[in-house]
Amino acid sequence: MKNSLKELVTGFNSLVIGMKITLGQFFKPTVTVHYPHESLKMPKRFRGHIELVRDPTTGKAVCFACKLCERACPSDCIIVEGAKLDGAKKRSVTQYMLDFTKCSLCGSCVEACRDGAIRFSREFNLASTNKEDYIMDLFKRLQDEAKANPEPQAKAAAASPAPPNAVPKAESAQPVSPPQSKN
Amino acid sequence: MTQAIANLLKLLATEPYRLLLFLVCMLAFVGLNAAYLVWVERKGAGRFQRRPGPTEVGPAGLLQPVADAVKLMSKQLIVPAGADTTLFRVAPLLMMSPALMSLAVIPWGQGLAARNINVGLLMIFAFGSINVMAIMLGGWSSRNKYAIISAARVVSQNVAYEIPMLLVVITMIMVTGTMNLSEIVQQQAGGFWHWNLFRVWLNPLMPVTFLIFFICMLAETNRAPFDMTEAESELVAGAYTEYAGMGFGVFFMAEYANILLGCALGTALFLGGWQSPFGVLSGVIWFLLKMYFLVFSVVWIRWTFPRTQFYGLLNLSWKILIPVSLFTLVLSSAMMKLFHA
Repeated sequence: MKNSLKELVTGFNSLVIGMKITLGQFFKPTVTVHYPHESLKMPKRFRGHIELVRDPTTGKAVCFACKLCERACPSDCIIVEGAKLDGAKKRSVTQYMLDFTKCSLCGSCVEACRDGAIRFSREFNLASTNKEDYIMDLFKRLQDEAKANPEPQAKAAAASPAPPNAVPKAESAQPVSPPQSKN
Repeated sequence: MTQAIANLLKLLATEPYRLLLFLVCMLAFVGLNAAYLVWVERKGAGRFQRRPGPTEVGPAGLLQPVADAVKLMSKQLIVPAGADTTLFRVAPLLMMSPALMSLAVIPWGQGLAARNINVGLLMIFAFGSINVMAIMLGGWSSRNKYAIISAARVVSQNVAYEIPMLLVVITMIMVTGTMNLSEIVQQQAGGFWHWNLFRVWLNPLMPVTFLIFFICMLAETNRAPFDMTEAESELVAGAYTEYAGMGFGVFFMAEYANILLGCALGTALFLGGWQSPFGVLSGVIWFLLKMYFLVFSVVWIRWTFPRTQFYGLLNLSWKILIPVSLFTLVLSSAMMKLFHA
Protein backbone atom coordinates (compact mmCIF):
# COMPACT_ATOMS: atom_id res chain seq x y z
CA MET A 1 0.00 0.00 0.00
CA LYS A 2 2.72 2.42 1.07
CA ASN A 3 4.85 1.47 -1.91
CA SER A 4 2.07 1.87 -4.41
CA LEU A 5 1.13 5.25 -2.96
CA LYS A 6 4.76 6.34 -3.23
CA GLU A 7 4.84 5.12 -6.80
CA LEU A 8 1.67 7.07 -7.54
CA VAL A 9 3.15 10.28 -6.15
CA THR A 10 6.52 9.93 -7.91
CA GLY A 11 4.80 8.93 -11.13
CA PHE A 12 2.50 11.93 -11.02
CA ASN A 13 5.44 14.16 -10.20
CA SER A 14 7.32 12.91 -13.24
CA LEU A 15 4.30 13.71 -15.42
CA VAL A 16 4.26 17.27 -14.08
CA ILE A 17 8.00 17.63 -14.76
CA GLY A 18 7.49 16.40 -18.33
CA MET A 19 4.73 18.94 -18.91
CA LYS A 20 6.92 21.72 -17.51
CA ILE A 21 9.71 20.81 -19.93
CA THR A 22 7.46 20.81 -22.99
CA LEU A 23 5.91 24.12 -21.98
CA GLY A 24 9.41 25.55 -21.65
CA GLN A 25 10.20 24.43 -25.19
CA PHE A 26 6.90 25.89 -26.41
CA PHE A 27 8.02 29.44 -25.68
CA LYS A 28 11.53 29.10 -27.08
CA PRO A 29 12.21 30.23 -30.65
CA THR A 30 11.92 27.66 -33.41
CA VAL A 31 15.02 26.20 -35.02
CA THR A 32 13.60 25.43 -38.46
CA VAL A 33 15.41 26.67 -41.57
CA HIS A 34 12.67 27.51 -44.07
CA TYR A 35 14.51 25.79 -46.88
CA PRO A 36 13.30 27.21 -50.18
CA HIS A 37 13.22 30.68 -48.62
CA GLU A 38 16.52 30.39 -46.77
CA SER A 39 19.28 27.82 -46.78
CA LEU A 40 22.18 26.81 -44.60
CA LYS A 41 25.69 28.06 -45.32
CA MET A 42 27.81 25.04 -46.14
CA PRO A 43 30.79 24.44 -43.85
CA LYS A 44 34.31 25.20 -45.10
CA ARG A 45 35.27 21.59 -45.66
CA PHE A 46 32.10 20.77 -47.62
CA ARG A 47 32.98 18.58 -50.61
CA GLY A 48 30.93 19.77 -53.55
CA HIS A 49 32.10 19.38 -57.14
CA ILE A 50 35.55 20.85 -57.81
CA GLU A 51 36.05 24.40 -59.05
CA LEU A 52 38.97 26.47 -60.30
CA VAL A 53 40.62 28.90 -57.92
CA ARG A 54 41.25 32.48 -58.96
CA ASP A 55 44.55 34.19 -58.30
CA PRO A 56 43.76 36.95 -55.79
CA THR A 57 46.19 39.38 -57.46
CA THR A 58 45.40 38.92 -61.15
CA GLY A 59 41.85 37.61 -60.94
CA LYS A 60 42.71 34.92 -63.48
CA ALA A 61 42.80 31.19 -62.88
CA VAL A 62 45.77 29.87 -60.91
CA CYS A 63 45.72 26.74 -63.05
CA PHE A 64 48.30 26.49 -65.84
CA ALA A 65 47.05 23.23 -67.30
CA CYS A 66 49.76 20.90 -66.04
CA LYS A 67 47.18 18.09 -66.28
CA LEU A 68 48.20 16.43 -63.01
CA CYS A 69 44.58 16.36 -61.97
CA GLU A 70 43.54 14.83 -65.26
CA ARG A 71 46.03 12.05 -64.69
CA ALA A 72 45.12 11.61 -61.03
CA CYS A 73 41.44 11.20 -61.73
CA PRO A 74 40.50 7.50 -61.39
CA SER A 75 37.24 7.98 -63.31
CA ASP A 76 38.59 10.02 -66.21
CA CYS A 77 36.13 12.76 -65.67
CA ILE A 78 38.44 15.77 -66.07
CA ILE A 79 39.61 17.24 -69.38
CA VAL A 80 42.08 20.14 -69.17
CA GLU A 81 43.47 22.10 -72.08
CA GLY A 82 45.88 24.98 -71.86
CA ALA A 83 47.83 27.31 -74.14
CA LYS A 84 50.66 29.77 -73.84
CA LEU A 85 49.10 33.14 -74.42
CA ASP A 86 51.04 36.00 -76.09
CA GLY A 87 53.49 37.66 -73.75
CA ALA A 88 52.78 35.32 -70.86
CA LYS A 89 55.55 33.42 -69.12
CA LYS A 90 53.47 30.41 -68.21
CA ARG A 91 50.79 28.43 -69.90
CA SER A 92 47.26 29.17 -68.78
CA VAL A 93 44.15 27.09 -68.77
CA THR A 94 41.74 27.48 -71.71
CA GLN A 95 39.34 24.65 -71.09
CA TYR A 96 38.44 22.70 -67.97
CA MET A 97 35.61 20.19 -68.35
CA LEU A 98 34.29 18.11 -65.48
CA ASP A 99 31.98 15.17 -66.18
CA PHE A 100 30.15 15.12 -62.85
CA THR A 101 28.11 12.05 -63.81
CA LYS A 102 31.30 10.00 -63.41
CA CYS A 103 32.90 11.91 -60.54
CA SER A 104 32.87 10.14 -57.19
CA LEU A 105 34.17 13.17 -55.25
CA CYS A 106 37.26 11.20 -54.21
CA GLY A 107 39.35 14.37 -54.18
CA SER A 108 42.41 12.84 -55.86
CA CYS A 109 42.54 15.82 -58.25
CA VAL A 110 42.60 18.33 -55.40
CA GLU A 111 45.35 16.31 -53.69
CA ALA A 112 47.35 16.05 -56.90
CA CYS A 113 47.27 19.76 -57.63
CA ARG A 114 50.56 21.32 -56.47
CA ASP A 115 49.48 24.92 -56.75
CA GLY A 116 46.11 24.88 -55.05
CA ALA A 117 44.47 25.69 -58.33
CA ILE A 118 41.36 23.60 -57.73
CA ARG A 119 39.24 23.17 -54.65
CA PHE A 120 35.88 21.78 -53.63
CA SER A 121 33.04 24.19 -54.19
CA ARG A 122 30.27 24.59 -51.64
CA GLU A 123 27.52 24.09 -54.17
CA PHE A 124 25.08 21.51 -52.81
CA ASN A 125 21.96 22.17 -54.85
CA LEU A 126 22.80 20.15 -57.96
CA ALA A 127 19.48 18.52 -58.73
CA SER A 128 18.52 18.49 -62.39
CA THR A 129 16.38 16.50 -64.77
CA ASN A 130 18.90 16.97 -67.57
CA LYS A 131 22.04 14.85 -67.80
CA GLU A 132 23.86 17.52 -69.83
CA ASP A 133 23.77 19.84 -66.81
CA TYR A 134 26.40 17.63 -65.18
CA ILE A 135 28.98 18.06 -67.92
CA MET A 136 30.37 21.18 -66.32
CA ASP A 137 32.55 23.77 -68.00
CA LEU A 138 34.52 24.94 -64.99
CA PHE A 139 36.57 27.44 -66.99
CA LYS A 140 33.41 29.17 -68.15
CA ARG A 141 32.12 29.03 -64.58
CA LEU A 142 35.27 30.80 -63.42
CA GLN A 143 34.92 33.48 -66.08
CA ASP A 144 31.25 34.03 -65.18
CA GLU A 145 32.22 34.35 -61.58
CA ALA A 146 34.97 36.83 -62.44
CA LYS A 147 32.45 38.87 -64.41
CA ALA A 148 29.95 38.85 -61.57
CA ASN A 149 32.56 39.64 -58.93
CA PRO A 150 35.54 41.43 -60.55
CA GLU A 151 37.45 42.12 -57.33
CA PRO A 152 38.52 38.76 -56.05
CA GLN A 153 40.90 39.89 -53.31
CA ALA A 154 38.58 40.16 -50.37
CA LYS A 155 36.46 37.19 -51.29
CA ALA A 156 39.38 35.01 -52.29
CA ALA A 157 41.14 35.72 -49.02
CA ALA A 158 38.07 34.69 -47.08
CA ALA A 159 37.39 31.66 -49.20
CA SER A 160 40.97 30.47 -49.63
CA PRO A 161 41.11 26.71 -49.33
CA ALA A 162 42.22 25.44 -45.97
CA PRO A 163 45.56 23.65 -45.93
CA PRO A 164 44.83 19.95 -46.30
CA ASN A 165 46.30 18.83 -43.00
CA ALA A 166 44.90 21.60 -40.81
CA VAL A 167 41.28 20.84 -40.01
CA PRO A 168 39.49 24.14 -39.63
CA LYS A 169 36.96 24.76 -36.93
CA ALA A 170 33.56 23.55 -38.01
CA GLU A 171 31.52 26.55 -39.03
CA SER A 172 28.29 26.76 -37.14
CA ALA A 173 25.44 26.27 -39.55
CA GLN A 174 23.84 29.67 -39.85
CA PRO A 175 20.89 30.32 -42.12
CA VAL A 176 21.81 32.77 -44.86
CA SER A 177 19.04 34.66 -46.44
CA PRO A 178 19.20 35.12 -50.21
CA PRO A 179 17.96 31.98 -51.93
CA GLN A 180 20.67 30.20 -53.80
CA SER A 181 19.38 29.17 -57.17
CA LYS A 182 21.39 26.89 -59.35
CA ASN A 183 22.89 28.22 -62.61
CA MET B 1 -36.27 49.73 -35.73
CA THR B 2 -35.33 48.61 -32.23
CA GLN B 3 -38.91 47.43 -31.87
CA ALA B 4 -38.48 45.28 -34.98
CA ILE B 5 -35.25 43.79 -33.66
CA ALA B 6 -36.84 43.08 -30.30
CA ASN B 7 -39.75 41.39 -32.06
CA LEU B 8 -37.35 39.36 -34.17
CA LEU B 9 -35.42 38.24 -31.10
CA LYS B 10 -38.68 37.31 -29.40
CA LEU B 11 -39.70 35.34 -32.46
CA LEU B 12 -36.33 33.57 -32.54
CA ALA B 13 -36.82 32.55 -28.92
CA THR B 14 -40.03 30.72 -29.75
CA GLU B 15 -40.02 27.08 -30.57
CA PRO B 16 -39.23 26.05 -34.12
CA TYR B 17 -36.96 29.07 -34.65
CA ARG B 18 -35.01 28.52 -31.46
CA LEU B 19 -34.24 24.98 -32.56
CA LEU B 20 -33.20 26.17 -36.00
CA LEU B 21 -31.02 28.91 -34.53
CA PHE B 22 -29.35 26.40 -32.23
CA LEU B 23 -28.71 24.02 -35.09
CA VAL B 24 -27.19 26.67 -37.35
CA CYS B 25 -25.08 28.20 -34.59
CA MET B 26 -23.85 24.88 -33.23
CA LEU B 27 -23.04 23.46 -36.64
CA ALA B 28 -21.06 26.59 -37.48
CA PHE B 29 -19.37 26.65 -34.08
CA VAL B 30 -18.45 22.97 -34.14
CA GLY B 31 -17.36 23.09 -37.78
CA LEU B 32 -15.15 26.13 -37.31
CA ASN B 33 -13.75 24.80 -34.07
CA ALA B 34 -13.00 21.41 -35.54
CA ALA B 35 -11.21 23.03 -38.46
CA TYR B 36 -9.22 25.48 -36.40
CA LEU B 37 -8.51 23.10 -33.54
CA VAL B 38 -6.68 21.01 -36.13
CA TRP B 39 -4.66 24.13 -36.91
CA VAL B 40 -4.10 24.74 -33.18
CA GLU B 41 -3.06 21.13 -32.79
CA ARG B 42 -0.55 21.31 -35.62
CA LYS B 43 0.80 24.70 -34.60
CA GLY B 44 1.00 23.51 -31.00
CA ALA B 45 2.72 20.29 -31.99
CA GLY B 46 5.20 22.38 -33.94
CA ARG B 47 5.94 24.79 -31.11
CA PHE B 48 6.34 21.97 -28.59
CA GLN B 49 8.95 20.48 -30.91
CA ARG B 50 10.67 23.82 -31.69
CA ARG B 51 9.37 24.01 -35.26
CA PRO B 52 6.90 26.51 -36.70
CA GLY B 53 4.07 24.20 -37.82
CA PRO B 54 2.08 25.05 -40.95
CA THR B 55 3.30 28.31 -42.47
CA GLU B 56 2.85 28.12 -46.23
CA VAL B 57 -0.92 28.27 -46.77
CA GLY B 58 -2.09 31.76 -45.87
CA PRO B 59 -0.58 33.95 -43.13
CA ALA B 60 0.78 31.71 -40.36
CA GLY B 61 -0.81 28.74 -42.12
CA LEU B 62 -4.30 29.99 -41.24
CA LEU B 63 -5.79 28.71 -44.50
CA GLN B 64 -4.44 25.20 -43.91
CA PRO B 65 -7.77 23.90 -42.53
CA VAL B 66 -9.52 25.21 -45.65
CA ALA B 67 -7.03 23.37 -47.85
CA ASP B 68 -7.49 20.22 -45.76
CA ALA B 69 -11.27 20.47 -46.03
CA VAL B 70 -11.13 20.93 -49.81
CA LYS B 71 -8.83 17.93 -50.08
CA LEU B 72 -11.08 15.74 -47.95
CA MET B 73 -14.23 16.78 -49.79
CA SER B 74 -12.75 16.17 -53.21
CA LYS B 75 -11.90 12.58 -52.34
CA GLN B 76 -14.04 9.65 -53.36
CA LEU B 77 -16.12 7.96 -50.67
CA ILE B 78 -15.04 4.35 -50.88
CA VAL B 79 -16.97 1.55 -49.21
CA PRO B 80 -14.67 -1.48 -49.02
CA ALA B 81 -15.82 -4.70 -50.61
CA GLY B 82 -17.60 -6.92 -48.12
CA ALA B 83 -18.26 -4.10 -45.69
CA ASP B 84 -21.67 -3.52 -44.17
CA THR B 85 -22.58 -0.48 -46.25
CA THR B 86 -25.34 0.91 -44.05
CA LEU B 87 -23.44 0.68 -40.79
CA PHE B 88 -20.29 1.88 -42.47
CA ARG B 89 -22.04 5.03 -43.65
CA VAL B 90 -24.03 5.61 -40.46
CA ALA B 91 -21.11 5.27 -38.03
CA PRO B 92 -19.58 8.75 -38.62
CA LEU B 93 -22.98 10.39 -38.21
CA LEU B 94 -23.59 8.39 -35.06
CA MET B 95 -20.37 9.81 -33.67
CA MET B 96 -21.05 13.39 -34.69
CA SER B 97 -24.68 13.79 -33.66
CA PRO B 98 -24.42 12.99 -29.91
CA ALA B 99 -21.69 15.59 -29.53
CA LEU B 100 -23.86 18.16 -31.30
CA MET B 101 -26.92 17.26 -29.25
CA SER B 102 -25.02 17.43 -25.98
CA LEU B 103 -23.86 20.95 -26.78
CA ALA B 104 -27.52 21.99 -26.49
CA VAL B 105 -27.38 22.01 -22.70
CA ILE B 106 -23.98 23.66 -22.27
CA PRO B 107 -24.50 27.06 -20.59
CA TRP B 108 -22.21 29.41 -22.52
CA GLY B 109 -23.29 32.41 -20.51
CA GLN B 110 -26.01 33.71 -18.22
CA GLY B 111 -29.18 32.31 -19.81
CA LEU B 112 -27.25 31.41 -22.94
CA ALA B 113 -28.05 27.75 -23.40
CA ALA B 114 -30.13 26.29 -26.18
CA ARG B 115 -32.05 24.16 -23.69
CA ASN B 116 -31.96 24.85 -20.00
CA ILE B 117 -33.24 21.44 -18.92
CA ASN B 118 -32.82 20.27 -15.37
CA VAL B 119 -31.25 16.92 -16.24
CA GLY B 120 -28.64 18.41 -18.56
CA LEU B 121 -25.76 16.51 -17.03
CA LEU B 122 -27.62 13.23 -17.33
CA MET B 123 -28.41 13.99 -20.96
CA ILE B 124 -24.77 14.63 -21.80
CA PHE B 125 -23.68 11.34 -20.31
CA ALA B 126 -26.55 9.45 -21.89
CA PHE B 127 -25.54 10.72 -25.33
CA GLY B 128 -21.86 10.61 -24.51
CA SER B 129 -21.76 6.83 -24.41
CA ILE B 130 -23.17 6.59 -27.94
CA ASN B 131 -19.89 7.56 -29.57
CA VAL B 132 -18.30 4.37 -28.22
CA MET B 133 -20.87 2.48 -30.21
CA ALA B 134 -20.20 4.65 -33.25
CA ILE B 135 -16.49 3.83 -33.27
CA MET B 136 -17.25 0.20 -32.59
CA LEU B 137 -19.74 0.01 -35.47
CA GLY B 138 -17.35 1.87 -37.76
CA GLY B 139 -14.57 -0.55 -36.93
CA TRP B 140 -16.78 -3.61 -37.12
CA SER B 141 -18.48 -2.75 -40.39
CA SER B 142 -15.30 -1.92 -42.32
CA ARG B 143 -14.21 -5.57 -42.42
CA ASN B 144 -10.62 -4.83 -41.67
CA LYS B 145 -8.51 -6.53 -39.02
CA TYR B 146 -7.04 -3.32 -37.64
CA ALA B 147 -10.45 -1.72 -37.44
CA ILE B 148 -11.88 -4.70 -35.54
CA ILE B 149 -9.01 -4.74 -33.04
CA SER B 150 -9.60 -1.04 -32.58
CA ALA B 151 -13.33 -1.61 -32.07
CA ALA B 152 -12.57 -4.14 -29.32
CA ARG B 153 -10.15 -1.74 -27.70
CA VAL B 154 -12.50 1.22 -27.74
CA VAL B 155 -15.19 -0.75 -25.96
CA SER B 156 -12.96 -1.99 -23.14
CA GLN B 157 -11.29 1.40 -22.80
CA ASN B 158 -14.52 3.34 -22.64
CA VAL B 159 -16.18 0.90 -20.26
CA ALA B 160 -13.17 1.24 -17.99
CA TYR B 161 -13.18 5.03 -18.07
CA GLU B 162 -16.94 5.60 -17.99
CA ILE B 163 -16.99 4.29 -14.40
CA PRO B 164 -14.60 6.76 -12.73
CA MET B 165 -16.04 9.54 -14.89
CA LEU B 166 -19.56 8.84 -13.67
CA LEU B 167 -18.41 8.40 -10.07
CA VAL B 168 -16.80 11.83 -10.26
CA VAL B 169 -19.92 13.31 -11.79
CA ILE B 170 -22.08 11.71 -9.06
CA THR B 171 -19.81 13.36 -6.51
CA MET B 172 -20.40 16.67 -8.24
CA ILE B 173 -24.15 16.14 -8.34
CA MET B 174 -24.13 15.37 -4.62
CA VAL B 175 -22.09 18.45 -3.83
CA THR B 176 -24.13 20.78 -6.01
CA GLY B 177 -27.49 19.10 -5.52
CA THR B 178 -28.60 19.60 -9.13
CA MET B 179 -28.12 18.25 -12.63
CA ASN B 180 -28.89 21.57 -14.24
CA LEU B 181 -25.62 22.92 -15.63
CA SER B 182 -26.75 26.56 -15.54
CA GLU B 183 -27.57 26.20 -11.87
CA ILE B 184 -24.22 24.50 -11.19
CA VAL B 185 -22.43 27.45 -12.74
CA GLN B 186 -24.70 29.87 -10.88
CA GLN B 187 -23.59 28.33 -7.58
CA GLN B 188 -19.94 29.08 -8.37
CA ALA B 189 -20.41 32.86 -8.59
CA GLY B 190 -18.23 35.35 -6.75
CA GLY B 191 -14.54 34.71 -7.29
CA PHE B 192 -12.40 31.74 -8.12
CA TRP B 193 -12.42 30.41 -4.53
CA HIS B 194 -16.09 29.60 -5.09
CA TRP B 195 -15.33 27.40 -8.09
CA ASN B 196 -16.01 23.74 -7.48
CA LEU B 197 -12.35 23.04 -8.14
CA PHE B 198 -11.35 24.96 -4.99
CA ARG B 199 -14.29 24.14 -2.71
CA VAL B 200 -12.17 22.04 -0.40
CA TRP B 201 -14.49 22.56 2.55
CA LEU B 202 -17.07 20.42 0.73
CA ASN B 203 -14.52 17.76 -0.11
CA PRO B 204 -10.78 18.14 0.47
CA LEU B 205 -10.09 16.02 -2.60
CA MET B 206 -11.84 18.39 -5.04
CA PRO B 207 -8.70 19.07 -7.19
CA VAL B 208 -8.11 15.31 -7.40
CA THR B 209 -11.69 14.93 -8.56
CA PHE B 210 -11.07 17.42 -11.33
CA LEU B 211 -7.90 15.58 -12.31
CA ILE B 212 -9.79 12.29 -12.54
CA PHE B 213 -12.47 13.98 -14.62
CA PHE B 214 -9.86 15.40 -16.98
CA ILE B 215 -8.01 12.08 -17.37
CA CYS B 216 -11.28 10.26 -18.03
CA MET B 217 -12.25 12.95 -20.53
CA LEU B 218 -8.98 12.35 -22.40
CA ALA B 219 -9.63 8.63 -22.42
CA GLU B 220 -13.28 8.97 -23.46
CA THR B 221 -12.37 11.20 -26.39
CA ASN B 222 -9.56 8.80 -27.34
CA ARG B 223 -6.89 11.43 -27.08
CA ALA B 224 -3.19 10.77 -26.55
CA PRO B 225 -1.81 9.31 -24.34
CA PHE B 226 -4.92 7.12 -24.41
CA ASP B 227 -5.41 7.00 -28.19
CA MET B 228 -5.39 3.22 -28.30
CA THR B 229 -8.21 3.18 -30.85
CA GLU B 230 -6.22 4.81 -33.61
CA ALA B 231 -2.70 3.99 -32.45
CA GLU B 232 -1.02 4.79 -35.78
CA SER B 233 2.12 2.78 -35.19
CA GLU B 234 0.23 -0.45 -34.52
CA LEU B 235 -3.26 -0.16 -36.01
CA VAL B 236 -2.72 2.09 -39.08
CA ALA B 237 -5.65 4.36 -38.19
CA GLY B 238 -7.69 1.98 -36.07
CA ALA B 239 -11.41 2.11 -36.68
CA TYR B 240 -10.93 4.85 -39.28
CA THR B 241 -8.59 2.82 -41.48
CA GLU B 242 -11.09 2.16 -44.27
CA TYR B 243 -12.72 5.59 -44.23
CA ALA B 244 -11.86 7.94 -47.07
CA GLY B 245 -12.76 11.53 -47.79
CA MET B 246 -15.49 13.12 -45.71
CA GLY B 247 -16.33 9.82 -44.00
CA PHE B 248 -13.02 10.21 -42.24
CA GLY B 249 -13.53 13.97 -42.12
CA VAL B 250 -16.73 13.62 -40.08
CA PHE B 251 -15.03 11.23 -37.64
CA PHE B 252 -12.22 13.71 -37.31
CA MET B 253 -14.59 16.61 -36.72
CA ALA B 254 -16.55 14.55 -34.21
CA GLU B 255 -13.37 13.82 -32.31
CA TYR B 256 -12.72 17.54 -31.93
CA ALA B 257 -16.38 18.21 -31.15
CA ASN B 258 -16.11 15.65 -28.35
CA ILE B 259 -12.95 17.29 -27.01
CA LEU B 260 -14.76 20.62 -27.10
CA LEU B 261 -17.74 19.13 -25.29
CA GLY B 262 -15.51 17.53 -22.66
CA CYS B 263 -13.64 20.78 -22.06
CA ALA B 264 -16.89 22.77 -21.92
CA LEU B 265 -18.27 20.30 -19.38
CA GLY B 266 -15.10 20.53 -17.29
CA THR B 267 -15.36 24.31 -17.40
CA ALA B 268 -19.00 24.31 -16.29
CA LEU B 269 -18.56 21.67 -13.60
CA PHE B 270 -15.26 22.67 -12.03
CA LEU B 271 -13.99 26.01 -13.31
CA GLY B 272 -17.04 28.15 -12.72
CA GLY B 273 -18.33 28.36 -16.28
CA TRP B 274 -18.98 31.93 -17.32
CA GLN B 275 -18.18 33.31 -13.83
CA SER B 276 -15.16 35.58 -13.77
CA PRO B 277 -12.37 34.64 -11.35
CA PHE B 278 -12.64 38.00 -9.55
CA GLY B 279 -16.38 38.12 -9.06
CA VAL B 280 -16.94 41.00 -11.51
CA LEU B 281 -17.46 41.20 -15.29
CA SER B 282 -18.76 37.68 -15.74
CA GLY B 283 -19.61 36.69 -19.28
CA VAL B 284 -19.26 34.34 -22.20
CA ILE B 285 -15.64 35.37 -22.68
CA TRP B 286 -14.64 33.67 -19.42
CA PHE B 287 -16.33 30.47 -20.44
CA LEU B 288 -14.48 30.46 -23.77
CA LEU B 289 -11.16 31.36 -22.14
CA LYS B 290 -11.39 28.54 -19.64
CA MET B 291 -12.61 26.08 -22.24
CA TYR B 292 -9.81 26.89 -24.68
CA PHE B 293 -7.27 26.68 -21.87
CA LEU B 294 -8.45 23.12 -21.27
CA VAL B 295 -8.28 22.44 -25.02
CA PHE B 296 -4.72 23.75 -25.04
CA SER B 297 -3.90 21.44 -22.13
CA VAL B 298 -5.25 18.54 -24.16
CA VAL B 299 -2.87 19.42 -27.00
CA TRP B 300 -0.08 20.02 -24.51
CA ILE B 301 -0.57 16.58 -22.98
CA ARG B 302 -0.70 14.93 -26.38
CA TRP B 303 2.68 16.28 -27.39
CA THR B 304 4.29 15.58 -24.02
CA PHE B 305 3.46 11.98 -23.21
CA PRO B 306 3.95 8.86 -25.29
CA ARG B 307 1.03 6.49 -25.80
CA THR B 308 0.41 4.17 -22.83
CA GLN B 309 0.31 0.44 -23.17
CA PHE B 310 -3.11 -1.11 -23.15
CA TYR B 311 -2.39 -2.80 -19.81
CA GLY B 312 -1.24 0.50 -18.39
CA LEU B 313 -4.44 2.11 -19.58
CA LEU B 314 -6.69 -0.46 -17.91
CA ASN B 315 -4.53 -0.65 -14.79
CA LEU B 316 -4.74 3.11 -14.37
CA SER B 317 -8.50 3.00 -14.53
CA TRP B 318 -9.27 -0.09 -12.46
CA LYS B 319 -6.47 0.15 -9.91
CA ILE B 320 -6.17 3.89 -9.36
CA LEU B 321 -8.97 6.02 -10.80
CA ILE B 322 -11.93 3.88 -9.74
CA PRO B 323 -10.79 3.35 -6.12
CA VAL B 324 -9.84 7.01 -5.75
CA SER B 325 -13.08 8.26 -7.25
CA LEU B 326 -15.08 5.88 -5.05
CA PHE B 327 -13.16 7.21 -2.07
CA THR B 328 -13.94 10.82 -2.97
CA LEU B 329 -17.60 9.89 -3.41
CA VAL B 330 -17.74 8.32 0.06
CA LEU B 331 -15.70 11.14 1.56
CA SER B 332 -17.88 13.90 0.17
CA SER B 333 -21.09 12.13 1.23
CA ALA B 334 -19.67 11.66 4.73
CA MET B 335 -18.66 15.29 4.91
CA MET B 336 -22.08 16.38 3.71
CA LYS B 337 -23.75 14.26 6.37
CA LEU B 338 -21.42 15.48 9.13
CA PHE B 339 -20.88 19.18 8.37
CA HIS B 340 -23.34 20.45 5.83
CA ALA B 341 -26.52 18.51 6.59
